[in-house]
Amino acid sequence: MKFYAIAVYSFLYIPIAIIALFSFSAGRSASSFQGFSTEWYGRALRNPFVMEALGTSLKVAFLSAVLATVFGTMAALALTGMRGRLRAVFDTLVLIAVMIPGVVIGIAALIALVTVFNAVNPVLEALMGQRLSLGFGSLVGVHGMFTMSLVLLLVRGRLETFDRSQIEASNDLGANPFWTFVQVTLPQIAPAILAGFLLAFTFSFDDFIMAFFVSGSETTLPIYIFSSIRRGVTPEINAIGTMVMVASLILLIIAQVLLRMGAPQAKE
Amino acid sequence: MAQSRIRALLLAPAGIWYLALLVFPLIVVLIFSFGERNPIGGYAPGFTFEQYANLPARFAAFRNTMTLAPLGTIAALLIAYPLAYYLAVKVSPRWKTTLLILVIVPFWTSILIRSYAWIYLLGGNGIPALLETLGLGEFRLINTPFAVLVGIVYGYLPLMVFPIYVALERLDKSLLEAAADLGTPPWRSFLQITLPLSMPGVLTGSVLVFILLTGEYLIPALLGGGKVFFVGNALVDLFLQSRNWAFGSAVAVALILIMLVIVALYTRAIKRFAYGARRDDAGLI
Repeated sequence: MKFYAIAVYSFLYIPIAIIALFSFSAGRSASSFQGFSTEWYGRALRNPFVMEALGTSLKVAFLSAVLATVFGTMAALALTGMRGRLRAVFDTLVLIAVMIPGVVIGIAALIALVTVFNAVNPVLEALMGQRLSLGFGSLVGVHGMFTMSLVLLLVRGRLETFDRSQIEASNDLGANPFWTFVQVTLPQIAPAILAGFLLAFTFSFDDFIMAFFVSGSETTLPIYIFSSIRRGVTPEINAIGTMVMVASLILLIIAQVLLRMGAPQAKE
Repeated sequence: MAQSRIRALLLAPAGIWYLALLVFPLIVVLIFSFGERNPIGGYAPGFTFEQYANLPARFAAFRNTMTLAPLGTIAALLIAYPLAYYLAVKVSPRWKTTLLILVIVPFWTSILIRSYAWIYLLGGNGIPALLETLGLGEFRLINTPFAVLVGIVYGYLPLMVFPIYVALERLDKSLLEAAADLGTPPWRSFLQITLPLSMPGVLTGSVLVFILLTGEYLIPALLGGGKVFFVGNALVDLFLQSRNWAFGSAVAVALILIMLVIVALYTRAIKRFAYGARRDDAGLI
């Protein structure tokens, strides 16, 4: 049983380790290890295309995660304890957002946005001399729409497990609803909100398929990596991949710690 | 009254966001699927079932998806179940959390980079070279259905382990003790108690993995080398290369319909097994 577990963990981690190992190879060849070197990290970090794609990815991830966290948390607060048709509608929307494959969300957003842009652009051009096109805005919009659902689920989960008698106590003691929210509710759900933000950021930063459709003339880091792989594997891609994995790993560990901090079993 | 106004304000941004970038786009896909192809690419208005009648043209993509996705799900299940059992029953509580997190971590790191790692392992200088030096003959692994299968099992294994683990963890251990006291051999109590009671977890994991697999694009694109393609790959081709939006929309609608059927079957199945399970089983991840 123990050996079986070790085998499965090896299966999960050996491919990741191999990428990391070959990122330190000195040679040009991506398939045989030729001495230790950090050269490829330097090259990746000096490559202007990589840096530009990284910049775009970071900006999209940050902005979409901020918007997703704010609006997702707001919706979670409204939905907790709510019944009736509106609640059912939102439950369905969240379910659809999470279940529909990324590729379908991507194509749907692509054709819908292009159709709308084609319709309004002549008017916009005549009035303001500007046109709408796919790019930064559509990336933030589509990523945020999806990750907002993740934040909503996380925060609502937290809201549904915490002790509501504290809110009642606060109300009974004469605090107005706003103060109750700031002093009682917010501290309790803050870890879930932060964890949601980090998950949203990581998701957006790692997403390839939705971005592939709605990125327009922008290139995100996963799109850059994908098109590089298509041209052939290089140690430079390994170096970029290793850095991306380490970065998202750090964010995930922080998210895990936060979720644990906020979990109700903290009383042991 | 004031409270319901606050609620409406809190819900408005999320609602508008969903309407603009989820509901409206999906409606556009549905409308376009009944339209015609614009000769210069894109969409021309119309009302025809031509696109749906044309679906067999992409039969290979549906066939590949509908054979490799179930195979991948079953393979992931067979690998995941013993691990989940080990984590839920055998491991000491001290190590449990760490080991569980180690299962989940790969799932949350870039699937693009993890799949790309298998280009190395399955490519000419990886496992095939190793097998050759061992004298086992020549193998070609990359760009085969097998490579895609390995990639999807690798990619989605964590998602399968978690729900099964939760189901096994919840299992009332006193049932097993009672069975042992009554002289039931371990294999029988596994078959008659543990396995049936873990079925909700097995079903949830399988449906999660299967649904995600039906929409997979990256793994077949990277490890299938254009020979083993899924519906997701057909969609990318139809929308980004041949720009046949009407037909592409029909393919997307067909994909969603297949998924809805699976979810409906799952909901029916889970109701049968639900006697010991709670409602929150489905909302794990």
